[in-house]
Amino acid sequence: MTSTTTSGSRPVRRRTIGDWIDAHLKWIFTGPAVAFVALLIIFPIGYTIFLSVTDSASSVTRPFEFIGFENYAEWLTDTERFWPAVGRTAYFTLTALGLELVIGLAIAMLLRKTFLGQGLVRVFILLPLVATPVAVGMMWLLIFEPSIGFANVVMKSLGLPPQLWLSGKESALNTLIFIDVWQWTPMIILILLAGLSTLPEEPDEAARVDGANAWQRFRHITLPLLAPTIGAAAILRAIDAMKTFDIIFATKGRTGGSNNEAETLNMLAYNESFGNSQYGSAAALLMLFLTFIIIILATLAILRKKGTRV
Amino acid sequence: MSTAAVAVRHRKKPVGPKILSVVRFVGIALVVLAFILPLVWMLTAAFKNNLDIVTPARTFDFEPTLKNFDTVFGAQNFLPFIMNSLIVGVGATVIALFLGVPAAYAIARYKITNATAFVLLARVIPGVSLLIPWYFLFSQVKLVGTFTALILTHIFVTMPLVVAIMTSFFDGLPDELEEAAQIDGSSKVGAFLRVVLPLSVPGLATSAILAFIFSWNNFLFALVLSNQNTRTLPVAISNFTSYAAVDWGGLMAAAVVITIPVMIIALFAQRYVISGLTAGATKG
Repeated sequence: MTSTTTSGSRPVRRRTIGDWIDAHLKWIFTGPAVAFVALLIIFPIGYTIFLSVTDSASSVTRPFEFIGFENYAEWLTDTERFWPAVGRTAYFTLTALGLELVIGLAIAMLLRKTFLGQGLVRVFILLPLVATPVAVGMMWLLIFEPSIGFANVVMKSLGLPPQLWLSGKESALNTLIFIDVWQWTPMIILILLAGLSTLPEEPDEAARVDGANAWQRFRHITLPLLAPTIGAAAILRAIDAMKTFDIIFATKGRTGGSNNEAETLNMLAYNESFGNSQYGSAAALLMLFLTFIIIILATLAILRKKGTRV
Repeated sequence: MSTAAVAVRHRKKPVGPKILSVVRFVGIALVVLAFILPLVWMLTAAFKNNLDIVTPARTFDFEPTLKNFDTVFGAQNFLPFIMNSLIVGVGATVIALFLGVPAAYAIARYKITNATAFVLLARVIPGVSLLIPWYFLFSQVKLVGTFTALILTHIFVTMPLVVAIMTSFFDGLPDELEEAAQIDGSSKVGAFLRVVLPLSVPGLATSAILAFIFSWNNFLFALVLSNQNTRTLPVAISNFTSYAAVDWGGLMAAAVVITIPVMIIALFAQRYVISGLTAGATKG
């Protein structure tokens, strides 16, 4: 503590401090990060759980009362907004995830062997992934604009009827899935390419010598070897897909469209808290949403375990 | 003679593979087009007047104009928003590195296994469920609308990335070097600062680049916690559509202004960005 000691004893003292730091390095190095996590993640989550059993609303300074599980009961019996949002979240996540995995795997196989211009192609694939989601939403808003957008120009040239796309009550969610697939399939491609590059070549070689065709080799050698990577990619992607917010907000607004046709759980939670200022009720919804996320992740983890074992 | 035989054999064999490689080339070209065309559309629309945007015949044949960028930087005054995004992105990245890199080092060297649970937790929690208590907290201490609040909350996005990427980087770094330095009388901290960190530049670059991109792209936190003076780019562009008639050219120019910086980063730091995005997922 007292650094103003005589110069003679200084090296000794310094060494003891150094030793003390070395002995407790584990805590000194992790301490600041842990403090941050505690202050800005753990404590807030605890506060949200607390708010979920109160009637906190309208203003953050307004005093609120404990009301038990009333908020939860209200949501679970709400067939107008809550359950449709659950359905949309599940539909959006599973459809987008399925499409991204299948298309991503196909493209990864296509790009697997080295070719001229490989680096350039990977940069192109990277671009949708790093593009700002809100800006991506705006871009597709113009392309899918029913009267002036490029999408209906293409439809017309193919002899197909024009669509309402994002503005349609039925088609909005599917169009959003399309956008999500466009933006996030690259993520799957890159993860699978990284996974493919670590696979051993011998089993594939051996099967080729034994006369297995390309499909057989893919189905019985590459796919099982790649299964753990596919599983990891699926879980990462599912987590983010369930929480999709930016492109929905950018294209459909705060309420997910005038008929709430694109309102997922995350959108509903945002609207309830920062649109309607119903903080207690929103907190309960978020706890239900978190439960929903955990259920989907647990299902995926079990599927992954099964898939790896086959 | 033997060369002729080889030539003949070569000519005979590749007929099948040649067709295959053409198919493959076409396939790759289609994939690239599918990912690139919408961005090209956005880019060209940013240089069109609003009449050309709505005329399909003018898709690629148009008189380029800078009028839309004039709107973005003039009437919409985007320059301060670019500065705000930069301040928040750089701030959140630098602090995340200071907090996250030593933590990742300790996690890798002392094999702290529950740390991965934290990284996963940060990914799983919906942002809104933190935003509500943050809003309460920051309102109490009058921080709503400040850069402090924005940077602090963006660290929630950047730090898990830094910790995840750096932990897997340190895991792959042999500890013999630090041990050698310690035998030479260096302390553990000294070995970390003088031996480990200089060797970690690729890992540091990867995590810094990715952290900055994710902070730059983040919309939700600034949507609630920023004000007129601290508004970041994604929030600024989302206000564009709230006017009665959408100025499509201006909107696309704004979208280009936001996305160009991250695309340039991706272009020049491709290897880092890819390795960062795929880190962790391929280890099984």
